[in-house]
Amino acid sequence: MLPIFILAPFAGSLIVIFFPSDQRGATAWFAGAIALVCFLVTAGLYPFVASGGVLRYQLDWIPELGLDFTLRMDGFAWLFSALITAIGVLVVLYARYYMAAEDPVPRFFALFLAFMASMLGVVLSGNLILLAVFWELTSIVSFLLIGYWHHNAHARDGARIALTMTAMGGLCMLVGLLIMGRIVGSYDLDVVLASGDTIRNHPLYLTILILLLLGALTKSAQFPFHFWLPHAMAAPTPVSAYLHSATMVKAGVFLLARLWPVMAGTEAWFWIVGLAGLTTLLLGAYFAIFQQDLKGLLAYSTISHLGLITVLLSLGSPLAAVAAVFHIVNHATFKASLFMAAGIIDHETGTRDMRRLSGLFHYMPITATLAMVASAAMAGVPLLNGFLSKEMFFAEAIETHLVNALDTMTPYVATIASMFAVTYSLRFIHSVFYGPMPKDLPKKPHEPPRWMRAPVDFLVLACLVVGIIPAQTIGPFLHTAVVSILGDRTPQYSLAVWHGWNIPLIMSFVALSGGVGLYFLMRSYLATSIEGPPVFRLLQGQRIFERVLVTLSWKWARSLEQRLGTRRLQPQICFVVILALVAGASPLVLGGFKLPPLIIRGIDPAFALLWVIGIACAVGSAYQAKFHRLASLVLLGGAGLVTCITFVWLSAPDLAVTQLLVEIVTTVLILLGLRWLPKRIKQPEDSEDLPFRIRLRRLRDFILAILAGGGMMLIAYTIMTRPLPETIASYFLERAYTKGGGTNVVNVILVDFRGFDTLGEIAVLCIVALTVFALLLRFRPQADSLETPEQQRVQNAFDDDHPDRAAGDSVAEYLFVPSVIMRWMFPITGLLAAYLFLRGHDLPGGGFAAGIAMSIGFILQYMSGGTRWVEERLRIHPLRWMSIGLLVAVATGAGSWLFGYPFLTSHAQYATLPIVGKFPLASAILFDLGVFSLVLGATVLMLIALAHQSVRAPRAHMRAARAEKEGVR
Amino acid sequence: MELILSAGIGALTASGVYLLLRPRTYQVIIGLSLLSYAVNLFIFGMGRLRVNAPPVLDPVGAGDLASYTDPVPQALVLTAIVIGFAMTALFLVVLLASRGFTGTDHVDGREQRHD
Repeated sequence: MLPIFILAPFAGSLIVIFFPSDQRGATAWFAGAIALVCFLVTAGLYPFVASGGVLRYQLDWIPELGLDFTLRMDGFAWLFSALITAIGVLVVLYARYYMAAEDPVPRFFALFLAFMASMLGVVLSGNLILLAVFWELTSIVSFLLIGYWHHNAHARDGARIALTMTAMGGLCMLVGLLIMGRIVGSYDLDVVLASGDTIRNHPLYLTILILLLLGALTKSAQFPFHFWLPHAMAAPTPVSAYLHSATMVKAGVFLLARLWPVMAGTEAWFWIVGLAGLTTLLLGAYFAIFQQDLKGLLAYSTISHLGLITVLLSLGSPLAAVAAVFHIVNHATFKASLFMAAGIIDHETGTRDMRRLSGLFHYMPITATLAMVASAAMAGVPLLNGFLSKEMFFAEAIETHLVNALDTMTPYVATIASMFAVTYSLRFIHSVFYGPMPKDLPKKPHEPPRWMRAPVDFLVLACLVVGIIPAQTIGPFLHTAVVSILGDRTPQYSLAVWHGWNIPLIMSFVALSGGVGLYFLMRSYLATSIEGPPVFRLLQGQRIFERVLVTLSWKWARSLEQRLGTRRLQPQICFVVILALVAGASPLVLGGFKLPPLIIRGIDPAFALLWVIGIACAVGSAYQAKFHRLASLVLLGGAGLVTCITFVWLSAPDLAVTQLLVEIVTTVLILLGLRWLPKRIKQPEDSEDLPFRIRLRRLRDFILAILAGGGMMLIAYTIMTRPLPETIASYFLERAYTKGGGTNVVNVILVDFRGFDTLGEIAVLCIVALTVFALLLRFRPQADSLETPEQQRVQNAFDDDHPDRAAGDSVAEYLFVPSVIMRWMFPITGLLAAYLFLRGHDLPGGGFAAGIAMSIGFILQYMSGGTRWVEERLRIHPLRWMSIGLLVAVATGAGSWLFGYPFLTSHAQYATLPIVGKFPLASAILFDLGVFSLVLGATVLMLIALAHQSVRAPRAHMRAARAEKEGVR
Repeated sequence: MELILSAGIGALTASGVYLLLRPRTYQVIIGLSLLSYAVNLFIFGMGRLRVNAPPVLDPVGAGDLASYTDPVPQALVLTAIVIGFAMTALFLVVLLASRGFTGTDHVDGREQRHD
């Protein structure tokens, strides 16, 4: 039953996002239906929970880490779930009317449902880590909801501050929970709740406490982390009502209450939690008086009330815990209704500024009455629910729990804070609904639509009923919740309105009369004052937060970068090379490296000559790379060919084939790129008169290069002259034919034994090709590379000089014979590719080689005919080939699942085709087909994307020139 | 045999590393290509050098390392060649894009004062 609470809203969230944005009604109905279902399920579970039962649902997630997907519902979790789902239903109904037609409503409801699921996850988690996961999810969704109107800078800032604060707190909490789980030996909540003594007596108790409190206090906006909540008021009002008063901010106190049996009762708990709570209670109430924004007032009031709950939990007495749970429920009802009322006022008048609002009672009497009852509950007026929990709070404040100054202070602070609460509640009502008629409001105020007010009706009714007959209404639910936290320690308490004449009642009386008096003293000041309390308004939390953030993430980072970093690549690479040299040399030096004996005999002179050429090519290529790029490229190709011949020489035909083909493609690719590089012609002064620094740097690089080369030579020689130890190669050699069904071991390794690696590799190739494609789509060449190449200019000039030639003839006739041959080569190249592909499993070849060979066929056509000529005649869809290739490869791998084997298990068979004869038909060949198609697609895509630049860039250039000309005209 | 090949690997590495430390992007791309030859040959050499050893199995059954070449480094190098090609292509395009955006082919995207 329990997973429904998580799955239904998350699934609903995914569905709602696809609703058309103009369907406000349908979207709201759907979201409301899901919230209602969750609520009804909660209600249906009550009998079981009330009888003391604990619902559990467990699913292994990562059992090795003690992380299970455990959901658990006891009385306390039930009460919270009921609160979340019930207020959720009401808020959906309210939001249906609140959101404007132009708002992207599906996004709102999708986030709303996602939040509901995460919040239910927090309260239902039976595993500490799972709790932290859902906790962070609520922070993230809250971030998205506060920033819902992301065109508004306030919303963006508010969202960012809220996320930074709550997510950092959540991170600390996670660490705390991890330590806690380590101490107990399990992350299961039941186990943790049963080991209170172990945790309290552990030396790390204080560490855990502080870490957990960082999480709880940031989430519940307690001092000094309170400032994110007022900024979160930039969110749409339904979000403020739901997340930032009724549910999410309660997560902090929920955690404190949940872990109360384990953590509470120590002196450290009393001091830290109590001090934070008392400060928040007092400052929140004080700040609330001076707010001019309706929602700001309510936000600070929420902070203050959360402080009250925190104080109650800090006391460590069971009665105080009862009062805390009771106040959580009461606060949710009256504060949600007040937020909705504030939203209605904003919606119907167009402003939330109390200096502009007045006399609204004449326009919206029903809303005004409802708001008055709700604020009376907030102020703690008798016969309303706020009064009851406040009386319990006063009673607990008087009690002595521990003998110290904080405990002595508590009743006084409580009375003063209550007085402030009366003042701001009165201010809310008096300045908005009474006084002269409002002037120049943005809209003409009137009552809201009937159903927009319905949720407020319901909540206010709940405040009244609970306030008058608490024992018959909230009593049983509260009792179930309290028993699940306190167990045997559940105290005797009475939920009556009248407890006789006692000190709490006198405190209430003092607070009420004092608060009214204070309001009338400050009324004229508040009517015109600027936002925020005197003196304290200078000390803005946001300002400090921004400054800390800027210092940490910008100033310090910058100065670190300036001191330790460089934006220049050369020193970085130089550093890496030196590091590699040191890392490579140190084990040799430390391990006592001995030079191997030099074996001169047995050298094949032809092989030696080959490498004389190879070395000359390599050095020449390095020497020419700056001023003679083409020469350097040709020499690079020479070195590549020598490598290729070496492979043949040393019995590696597969490598030779692939190397040769890749060599061709690479050369073509770089040739295509050469055109877009700046001209660099060697000037006489380049060689003489070089500054000493540059000569020194070149010398340093030369020494580094010699060291690196010498080192590689030494290591290579040493290893190659030693006998080969036992390797995994024998495994592959023994099984390639018997198990893999192919005689070409290299190919069998690639497509069968290590097929998964190959799949990853072709995926990389695919990504690279797409990146190249995407980068070239945005490519803007420099102006100096745009002119027609010199050779073409000469050819065109020749055409112009000869009257019998049309323009462009010479370009077309250039290399005419080779291009005809190249054209004819196309079918032959295709045949070669097919041949390489089919024999791949048994003889050198395979998908890689075939794919590249085929792509060479295509690129030859481009070279001979030009881009347009080819694309008029051939259908070239490299993107499609790539996707087909990847799909075929994955599908082949997945196909083995059908037969009950692991991914990419191969099956070997031989088949016979007419003319071709017998060829191996392992299922690996299908995989190889995928490799072929992808390699072909990727190579062709990269090459033609680059080739297309020559067509595209001049066109863009011409367009730009034309636009410029028109602009001048 | 081993001496010649290791000298070749050393020369390729030295040329590659020297180019890697140069300021122009084209020099770096050529350097990387040279370096990848060296590395491929080096990995290949780890299976020891065998002249005229059959790389393809006789289809009678299991093969052993005494009579055949070592297939593992070959398979590794085959993959490395293809990935090396992809890397060269990507680097080439980044090089061109950087030149298009910044107007210079210096590796830092801007000219140094004394260079």
